[in-house]
Amino acid sequence: MKKRFLAATLVAALLPLSGCGGDAADGPVELRMTVWSANEAHLKLFNEIAAEYVQAHPEITKITFDPIPFESYTTTLTTQLAGGKPPDLAWILESSAPDFVSSGALAPLDDKLQDKAGLNPAAMKLWQSAGKTYAYPFSTSPFGVFVNTDLLKKAGAANPADLIADGGWTWDAAIQAASAVHAKTGKAGLVVRDFDYKGWDNLSTVWTGWGAQAWTPDGKTCGFDQQPMVDAMTFLHRAIFTGKALPGPGTAADFFAGEAAMTITQISRASLLEDKFGWDLVPLPAGPKGKYAVIGQGGLGVLKKGGHPEAAADFLAFFTDPANSAKLAAFFPPPRQSMLTAETLAKTNPKLSPEQLQSVVIDGISTGVVKPSHTGQAEISQAVRAALDPLWQPQADVKTVLTGVCTAINPLLSK
Amino acid sequence: MSTDSTPAFWTTRRRDHLAGYLFVAPQLIGSAIFVLLPLGLVCYYSLHEWNVLADTFSFVGAENYRALAEDPNLGPVLRATALFSAGLVVLNLGLALLLAVLLNQRLRGTVAFRTLFFSPVVVSLVAWTIVWRFLLQDNGGINGALNLVGAGGPNWLRGDGTALLSVIVVQVIKNVGLNMVLFLAALQGVPADLHEAARVDGASAWTRFRRITVPLISPTILLTSIITVVGSLQVFAQIAVLTQGGPGTSTTVLVYYLYQQAFQFHHFGYGATLSVLLFLIVLALTVVQWQLRKRWVFHEQ
Repeated sequence: MKKRFLAATLVAALLPLSGCGGDAADGPVELRMTVWSANEAHLKLFNEIAAEYVQAHPEITKITFDPIPFESYTTTLTTQLAGGKPPDLAWILESSAPDFVSSGALAPLDDKLQDKAGLNPAAMKLWQSAGKTYAYPFSTSPFGVFVNTDLLKKAGAANPADLIADGGWTWDAAIQAASAVHAKTGKAGLVVRDFDYKGWDNLSTVWTGWGAQAWTPDGKTCGFDQQPMVDAMTFLHRAIFTGKALPGPGTAADFFAGEAAMTITQISRASLLEDKFGWDLVPLPAGPKGKYAVIGQGGLGVLKKGGHPEAAADFLAFFTDPANSAKLAAFFPPPRQSMLTAETLAKTNPKLSPEQLQSVVIDGISTGVVKPSHTGQAEISQAVRAALDPLWQPQADVKTVLTGVCTAINPLLSK
Repeated sequence: MSTDSTPAFWTTRRRDHLAGYLFVAPQLIGSAIFVLLPLGLVCYYSLHEWNVLADTFSFVGAENYRALAEDPNLGPVLRATALFSAGLVVLNLGLALLLAVLLNQRLRGTVAFRTLFFSPVVVSLVAWTIVWRFLLQDNGGINGALNLVGAGGPNWLRGDGTALLSVIVVQVIKNVGLNMVLFLAALQGVPADLHEAARVDGASAWTRFRRITVPLISPTILLTSIITVVGSLQVFAQIAVLTQGGPGTSTTVLVYYLYQQAFQFHHFGYGATLSVLLFLIVLALTVVQWQLRKRWVFHEQ
């Protein structure tokens, strides 16, 4: 208790970051879940599921969903933990999964999860340690390319759907179309969403097509200075600065506001589409190494320090049981094998066609590579970001910059 | 019943003392809780390693201080901090004094301009900074305006030198009004007859400014320079919103670095060590300024 008070004071002293109230009192239980989506449709669904649970469980008086901005999500969650006001349940980004899973901050869920046999083992791997499951990857979401077909038509560029039909949906073709859009309409060609020359891990949606990786699967060896990465980044650099296919550094373009022809992101963003323009969803273009898929995950875990770990785990089990997983699948593809069929997903995804679901979601999950993650990811991520910055200049020397990235992160990888 | 012969405990002197202590008590208690206690805790934490996720808290002695001495990032961070503070103090005080002198002339429209220059001070810091982030984008308002007059601007927030400059200028425009108002008040306190006497003696405007105005407002210059130096070392939100420490580490100032270490990298112990360093730097600068005041501040000689 004393430590907790000290902790709270330190946090108050260092920064006035606010953590909202948790409830540590006995008796009627209130649960709080931190989420990084403030999307109305998402929250409406969560609240419906919660209302149903509260009705059946009189000891639970209230379940609140507390949206925290995506960019500062993990920082704010950690600050709430440090300040002694942790939520009962929390979404966890895949980038911080190794830290959370290995730390002991999360309560094991193996005795609670429903229909465990139906869970896809590949999807669960990141969230398990020493044979125990510490979070449920409620969102196992492959990256796809959303396409503004109106903009492409206006620029006279090739439509990805036609390219796919001819087997010509490659990165070269995608960049060519993106360049054409920028040249003809002045709008952005292709946006790697959430990259913005800072969130470099989103570039794994590109470099995986070259067979490149940030580090080896054991997390010990840096992959940035390897030939596949040099080739991928050289391609990307040329696409940005010569082809003008991607908006340059310090330039913002929002696909969902109609400012870009294509964007690489996850299907949960489909809820941002407002049918202001004709759109399509297609798989990532093929790279020199052929077809590939990349997955981003979000886990849902119970924090031990949250005050009601038992009640929270029970709610988690309900929130993620097969029936509710099917509802959540409208935005977040579940890790449940039985639901990964185009027919099941189509029921809750009115905006996406069965073909889109099959090609992007179902095929993507079965073959996808998860975005890079590592223990101590925040520090590594910051070091990579700083070392990569010189790359985003027109005259940058790709090989030199990437060697510099490895020099910067090698001491951190071996920690 | 007490006898009248023993002197009462509450003598007038003791009553005065008690009243005095009672008057300063709120301030003292406030300082103790919000300044001294956190300061002590920061020192205490700097001797520990605290893993928030694993909920472990262990004594590591001087380990964090050894890490501080060996931290390869510290050099660039201190350099960025020094450049940022120096740039901010020089630009802020220079501009504030210039504006104050101009507004002190009895010209038409000074009230409007005074309001205009002061208004950023009361605008919410984050809102202000977010607007500037849009303006400073490569395709933002500033470069748009420069294009109109035929000059192409650099990519402000992404260039190595321009990012730091941008953060400084955004901060100067935000806060220059406060120093300006302080200077203006000081300027209006300079007796007109001194100027008149000097003019009769044939002193030029520049001489009068240097020999009469500057010495008489020097206490205010001391005050504003201490506030601005200390403030410049605590700038955080602008960096977080505009550059997040980049490009490279060119705008990673000490406060931002300590935030990264403590809250992003979960090294709370090391973050506390960095804040001890920050405290020592602020303390040293303030002491130096306070000592130097005897040399140049008018009423202190």
